[in-house]
Amino acid sequence: MRTENIVVIGNGMVGCKFLAAMLQRDTEQRFNLITFCEEPRPAYDRVHLSEYFSGKTAADLTLQPIDWYTDNGITIHLEDKAVEIDREAKIVRSAKGVEVRYHTLVLATGSAPFVPPVPGIEKEGAFVYRTIEDLEGMMEHARAASKAAVIGGGLLGLEAAKATQDLGLESHVVEFASRLMPRQVDEAGGAILKDIIESRGLTVHLNKATTQILGDGKVTGMSFKDGSSLDVDMIVVSAGIRPRDELARECGLEVGPRGGVVVDDKLQTSDPSIYAIGEVALYNNFIYGLVAPGYNMADIVATQITGGQAEFHGADMSTKLKLIGTDVASFGNIETQEPHQDIVLTDPVKGTYKRLITSPDGKQLIGGILIGDADAYGNLLQMTLNQIELPEDPIQLILPAGTGAAPAFGPAALPDSAQICSCENVSKGDLCSAIENGATTLPALKSCTKAGTGCGGCVPLVTNLLNHTLKELGQEVNTDLCEHFSHTRQGLYEIVRATGIDNFDTLLATHGNGGRGCEICKPAVGSILASVHNDKVIAPHNRKLQDSNDRFLANIQKDGTYSVVPRVPGGEITPEKLIVIGEVAKEYGLYTKITGGQRIDLFGAKVNDLPAIWKKLIDAGFESGHAYGKALRTVKSCVGSTWCRFGVQDSTSLAIEVENRYKGIRAPHKIKSAVSGCTRECAEAQSKDFGIIATEKGWNLYLGGNGGMKPRHADLFAADLDKDTLIKYIDRYLMFYIKTADKLTRTSVWLDSLEGGIEHLRQVIIEDSLGICDELDQQMQHLVDTYHCEWKDAIEDPEKLKRFRHFGNSDESDPTIKHSIERDQIRPAKEEELANA
Amino acid sequence: MSDNISSNLWTVIGKPDEFNSDLGVCIKIDDEQIAVFKLSGEKEWYATQNLCPHDKRMVLSRGLTGDLNGEPKITCPLHKRSFSLNTGECLTDKETACLKTYPIKEEDGKLLIQFS
Repeated sequence: MRTENIVVIGNGMVGCKFLAAMLQRDTEQRFNLITFCEEPRPAYDRVHLSEYFSGKTAADLTLQPIDWYTDNGITIHLEDKAVEIDREAKIVRSAKGVEVRYHTLVLATGSAPFVPPVPGIEKEGAFVYRTIEDLEGMMEHARAASKAAVIGGGLLGLEAAKATQDLGLESHVVEFASRLMPRQVDEAGGAILKDIIESRGLTVHLNKATTQILGDGKVTGMSFKDGSSLDVDMIVVSAGIRPRDELARECGLEVGPRGGVVVDDKLQTSDPSIYAIGEVALYNNFIYGLVAPGYNMADIVATQITGGQAEFHGADMSTKLKLIGTDVASFGNIETQEPHQDIVLTDPVKGTYKRLITSPDGKQLIGGILIGDADAYGNLLQMTLNQIELPEDPIQLILPAGTGAAPAFGPAALPDSAQICSCENVSKGDLCSAIENGATTLPALKSCTKAGTGCGGCVPLVTNLLNHTLKELGQEVNTDLCEHFSHTRQGLYEIVRATGIDNFDTLLATHGNGGRGCEICKPAVGSILASVHNDKVIAPHNRKLQDSNDRFLANIQKDGTYSVVPRVPGGEITPEKLIVIGEVAKEYGLYTKITGGQRIDLFGAKVNDLPAIWKKLIDAGFESGHAYGKALRTVKSCVGSTWCRFGVQDSTSLAIEVENRYKGIRAPHKIKSAVSGCTRECAEAQSKDFGIIATEKGWNLYLGGNGGMKPRHADLFAADLDKDTLIKYIDRYLMFYIKTADKLTRTSVWLDSLEGGIEHLRQVIIEDSLGICDELDQQMQHLVDTYHCEWKDAIEDPEKLKRFRHFGNSDESDPTIKHSIERDQIRPAKEEELANA
Repeated sequence: MSDNISSNLWTVIGKPDEFNSDLGVCIKIDDEQIAVFKLSGEKEWYATQNLCPHDKRMVLSRGLTGDLNGEPKITCPLHKRSFSLNTGECLTDKETACLKTYPIKEEDGKLLIQFS
């Protein structure tokens, strides 16, 4: 039976969190929860408020829908402000006249924007940035406005400035101090930040004390102490926050000299039956203006009320956020007065500023700031919180990614108490025990611990921890190829190389777990056999391993027809060959499209037409383009120094040579390449698995690029190479990739997960650190020497041709294939068109 | 392959040695398309509809055969859904409809399928 009234004044993020914590802990349903909310809607996500301008609705931002309150028996008084606390009678009274008796009262009234008493600040067109109503007002006003200024260059002010820019206004930031974010960064950091902000089209005014808001009823401008002025028709004030402690003051609770309700370790106010949490609470003379400590306070009070023991002992104020598209993070104590060392790395070109504050002996991290690149935040925060000893040269920790210097820092180094997710206060221990209890995937782990569901900043660390813990538990991240082989792809590759096994059945019988194989191991083994032996993929003992594309040497399309791609090395093609492609397409009724790799794709070929199509193409001098295989696709090129007035080398010739060298080689995944004749990079070589760019002195080689699902800029591997060295390095790179990559892994992902990254690759390929270069060279030479055009081979072998039929007992085509016409070409009939046919 | 000769409900679809192990073949019987599979293992022959019920294309005979914990299966080449060759049930998800399966046997050097 619910006997005790718990009244919560304020339904913001922290108030709502407190209610949720009570529901979770009040298993005996002893408590009646009642809350007052002065806003017209229940608690919403104020941290992501500016997303309201980028299309999120109030409903998207809502933390818990109104049904959640009613379903859980919470009485919520919306749009009704608590106006009086009667501590004698233990009653709260509201503006609408509601009177509620409380047993325990929780103040979660939060804070209000501080509006400096500048004359004219009350004029129409001046806003604060706190509630959805404020944002709605800004949007309304912005329709007739053109120029906005934000007073205050702190975190929130910059966010508000971005919001006004998103509203289509010319945007200015006005800061009283000599730099932006004066509390968090030093002069150098402030200067970088100003550059970043201004590069985004905002104007920053420093050392400006606003003395008056100009305008007749409506804002038309502002004037400053130095005599200057600025014409604007909208102003947003973001000059700090003040705790909403007015109710507490009126009922005689102790408040701090500069505001805030004084609380002790139990978060009790001077009246033991009244608690204060969130931004209204003043603990140790400090207001915690972040959501994570507020959530922590909510949890602590709920624990005490429901009979448990918990105390607050301050909180970490580290935070990471995106500010105008730029990462900004601060962690630990960045305002320390104790002796310390500063390590500062600034890169005005890249727009990054990184500052580490360490103990005087350089062994412990005290705090730091990252602007422009906050990738290291998770690691640095953990090192700070857990007092992990720093490496000898701590600057390694903040060197840019890819320089290969960042030391490995695994989750193993963290104690169980390490807080991984600060939004939801989830520790390493919590995560580990959830994983042990069966949450073995990231979605499962997130849903049962809530880690990573707030700001999301800890997700990479959570993922890392998940993989690490699974490995420790021995269940490991299962790297078996499938149920039929307890080996990785790399392991099977080595087995095939060492034993010389050349067929699936023997490999399964000698190194597998029995059974018949499956759609995972068969193509993987087929690819390995091709990479090692370069036998024909549709030879009788290999054909059953190939998925439909490799089995029919064409790319299956959604309607069961195939597409045909002849090789066009370097994208160079004669008019005669173009005509043949056109004739073939016309004869077999194919749809034609230019591919991204500078060749032509012919769609809609019926399986029984493939041999005749290829006969014509091969007679005209074409070869298989291997578009169906996990193999080299194209080497794209520009016309280079031959035609282009800017070209410095003959990129087309090199592209043709490279494409002809590596064509047909089977790999864990497809491989794309390009050669550009000058630094203008028209062939887009830096988005390829290996890309080559001409220099005055030779060729630059770039590795590990990708333009697909997860674009990756290729890394510069070596510069100004002569052609022979270039080819030697590519040979070794491709063979090392084939040897060590997991199945269906592109070079970009492989390189990212390769320990030591590009630097390790340099050591292997250039320095021969593993002593395998001879082997790699020989293996590549074998593949190059045994090249064969798979289609030429197929059309010369009547046994193989017999398999290119739709029916085993008829020469007919599949009668269910139907095409429609669009823009003068065929396309597969849609489902409704098939139904009507 | 030989002509279709109906005898009772069993239809001759060819000679066993015309089929390659572990590769499917599509057989046309009247206007129907049947996918026939020869697997290595105890039970050799399986027959199902050729239409993948997921995207409704006549492609199953071109898929890869294999097994899931011993259960023989065929995997569609279009979106990689696997189906039990014994029951026709989709092993990848519960939403995809079952395949029709047909009794198939080897008799007197001929391969027959029970088809009505």
